[in-house]
Amino acid sequence: MRVKNSSFLKAGALAAVAALSLAGCSAGGSDKAESDSESTLTVWVDADRAPVLKEAAADFTEESGVKVKLVQKDFTKIQDEFIAQVPSGKGPDITIGAHDWLGNFVTNGVVQPIELGDKAAEFEDVAIQATSYEGKTYGLPYAIENLALLRNTALAPNAPTSYDDMVATGKAAGTEFPFIVQVGAESDPYHLYPFQTSFGAPVFGTNPDGSYNPDDLTIGTGTAFATWLAEQGAAGNLSTSLTSDIAQEKFNAGASPYFLTGPWNVGGAQEAGIDVAVDPIPSAGGQPAQPFVGVQAFFVSAKSKNTLAANEFLTNFIATEDVQTALFEKGQRPPALTASFEAAASDPIVAAFGEVGVNGVPQPTIPQMGKVWQFWGVTQAAIIDGEGDPTELWTKMTADIQAAIAG
Amino acid sequence: MQTSTEKSPETTPQVAESKRQKRAARIADHASGSITALLIKIGMLAVVDAIAVYGLFVLFLRQDWVIFAVVLLVTIAINVIYFKRGLLPLKYLAPGLVFLLIFQIFVVGYTAYISFTNYGTGHNSTKEDAVSSLIQSAQYRVPDSPTYGLTVVEQLGAFSFLVTDPDGDVLIGNTETPLTEVSDAEMSGDKAVSLPGYTSLNFTDIVTNQDAIAAMTVQISDDPNDGALRTPDGSSAYLYLSTLAYDEAADTMTNTETGVVYSDTGNGAFTSEDGEELLPGWSVVIGAENYLTAFTDQSIRGPLIAVTTWTFLFAILSVATTFMLGLFLAVVFNDMRMRGRKFYRVLMILPYAFPGFLGALVWAGMLNKDFGFVNLALLGGAEIPWLTNEWLAKFSILFVNLWLGFPYMFLVCTGALQSIPDELQEAAKMDGASPWQVFRRIKFPLLLVSVAPLLISSFAFNFNNFNLIYMLTNGGPRDASASINVGGSDILISMVYKVAFVGANRDYGLASAFSIIIFVIVAIIAIVSFRQTKALEDLN
Repeated sequence: MRVKNSSFLKAGALAAVAALSLAGCSAGGSDKAESDSESTLTVWVDADRAPVLKEAAADFTEESGVKVKLVQKDFTKIQDEFIAQVPSGKGPDITIGAHDWLGNFVTNGVVQPIELGDKAAEFEDVAIQATSYEGKTYGLPYAIENLALLRNTALAPNAPTSYDDMVATGKAAGTEFPFIVQVGAESDPYHLYPFQTSFGAPVFGTNPDGSYNPDDLTIGTGTAFATWLAEQGAAGNLSTSLTSDIAQEKFNAGASPYFLTGPWNVGGAQEAGIDVAVDPIPSAGGQPAQPFVGVQAFFVSAKSKNTLAANEFLTNFIATEDVQTALFEKGQRPPALTASFEAAASDPIVAAFGEVGVNGVPQPTIPQMGKVWQFWGVTQAAIIDGEGDPTELWTKMTADIQAAIAG
Repeated sequence: MQTSTEKSPETTPQVAESKRQKRAARIADHASGSITALLIKIGMLAVVDAIAVYGLFVLFLRQDWVIFAVVLLVTIAINVIYFKRGLLPLKYLAPGLVFLLIFQIFVVGYTAYISFTNYGTGHNSTKEDAVSSLIQSAQYRVPDSPTYGLTVVEQLGAFSFLVTDPDGDVLIGNTETPLTEVSDAEMSGDKAVSLPGYTSLNFTDIVTNQDAIAAMTVQISDDPNDGALRTPDGSSAYLYLSTLAYDEAADTMTNTETGVVYSDTGNGAFTSEDGEELLPGWSVVIGAENYLTAFTDQSIRGPLIAVTTWTFLFAILSVATTFMLGLFLAVVFNDMRMRGRKFYRVLMILPYAFPGFLGALVWAGMLNKDFGFVNLALLGGAEIPWLTNEWLAKFSILFVNLWLGFPYMFLVCTGALQSIPDELQEAAKMDGASPWQVFRRIKFPLLLVSVAPLLISSFAFNFNNFNLIYMLTNGGPRDASASINVGGSDILISMVYKVAFVGANRDYGLASAFSIIIFVIVAIIAIVSFRQTKALEDLN
């Protein structure tokens, strides 16, 4: 039998109408759920922090009745996604992030200031300074990280007193390298910055309140550092072939007594059976070698509909000693809250990193810093590779940065 | 309803059917009109419609009218096509057309639209957002001002702040009336918690009304310049001052401290008379400015020309080298006299089985100047800067791409060679042609007919081979004397990536303009070459 298509057409139309109305119902249903979600805080976290925050979130929900939804994100993608999603109204109420994203966040108008009130005094100064932008605090800091010098105690029993002392004892140890720092083809200004500051040439000058002044480009005074870079490159102490994974692998294999790196490489070295001590970074130019200090923080979205709940959650839950300590135990980064920091300092490695960090400087958050990065590393790499006169290259770089900032 | 125009096939005059005809009719029945097939069709359309309706609801709520109209039209079109008889070709074409619309035309159209805007860092939202964000961040807590204990109270649906100042004085005020002192408040510790005639809000009530409460400003005196109290958490209040005031009628921002007036000059940010912009701004259509920048800005045009030249060289040489090696090996392995062909073939497919970006990454490690396998083990410690010298980097890219790409060409050529009938070769041999002549005059032209379109697509692929460049050299080496972030081995697509996503200053508008330029170039090349291929087919 052949089918009478027309009658099936009607059936089809009916089915379609049914489907339409069903779909309509389901759409309406989810719509209602959305209006409920006004009292739900959405928080973006990375995989490491999620388990710890889960407990804090549960406590918060119990006390305040506000639900907390933790959304796990890849840390490296948060900055871009946050900037892209907040204006569309789809972003979270709170996100985790690094303080040097802040300039970008503020220029794009995606974060709002938070008022810590008297609580600000309970944090390490460098943490509050780092999460402030143009005099306002935008983030709730929870961890501090910075570079320090790892020492293989089997190869070098004592902390070096200066850069030259480090190279000398490193050579005396008879290993493949006197010391290791990752550089890479486009150099690594972040890792070389302590040496640069030891020549008294920070990137920007500072205002009286400690914030960076983009009009005062002090990096230009670093020609002595540039000459030093060329010397170290020629002597083979710095090499643009030494990428981060090679550096880590070599230190773990015992190819050098010293390794200038952050807390993230300590675990690997200890697993490789190396007895690690953490020392202050030795000065190459005579002045203190100050590394950049990075601060991990929570930021509140400019378009959050839950501002009060978000602030309450941050200042009265994340900013408590228990949560900060728990976050430290998970990530091994020194906590930003002074009380937790002091508790964590019973671990000698954390204490040593923290001590170096206290003398460090916050990594600039001003948007002008972006213009610095794009010239800084390339020039350093060219100098280390001996491609031209170091002073000339450094002066040209300063002029380029100046032009980029002005333009 | 059976209308006279809609005659079902049943009513057509019956002729005596042969066995064969009956069987044919049965097959036709089976193929076209079976109930199961129809039910499946309706079911699938129902799914499509359900998704579309859900989408329409969401778009309706977001008031996205353009996309709403597009979705509506497409849904109606699909339903018409599948329920109306006589649109058989469209029934097959429609799904493809829809996907073409979504994944090609929409993407290109949207990119083109972005390329005419200033979308990027500092200009990534609407003007409304920019205004509220500027106002929000212009408010600052008066330095060293005290913390006021706060209880939010309600009377007749209006919220007020009941605050206790550091001296212990209790005051009340709301958005309309500034703070006034009250005496009959009930205290808990040294904080006022309730006031007769008012209801105190608990935290749940505060959270429910947080939008309204967070937006409240309560002046501390009749003079607005003294500042206002705001609360960030509902339990304490601080004294805030604002440095920016928005004048909605004049559409200007005024800095209340310096008196500078910033107005909307059409460039997507509030701009003062001496050209200072307040960021965040918003994204606006700026016309062909991005294209003008790409072609006229001295610092971009120079690198753009160099990068374009290298992109063409890279794509052409990549296709040429991989094709030649692939073809050579295919011819060699197609010869019956070759022993162990299967083994060699498997061996040669290996690079193809390796994910491309991973392969490039491994090669980047092996070509490292001081620690790479190539220099250390193969060249006995020679310090050859494979990836850090501009010309060697270009050579390395071509070499690695040859390694990654020849198996594909090998496979394609083997297939094409095997499909050429042996008789042709035999006949040519009988006519006294040498093997080279056979290859040159018979096999190669025939092979080219089937392989040429693949060569063109391979060219288009390599033209945008971002993975290889990014993983192997990252576009490097950067020339320290160049003033923009473009390296010696960057191709157009990696340059676009750097413009759009690397560094703090992202310019999606300019990057989109570059993408459109690339799209136009690739499209022209593809059209021209496909025409040529057609000519090739005609020849044979």
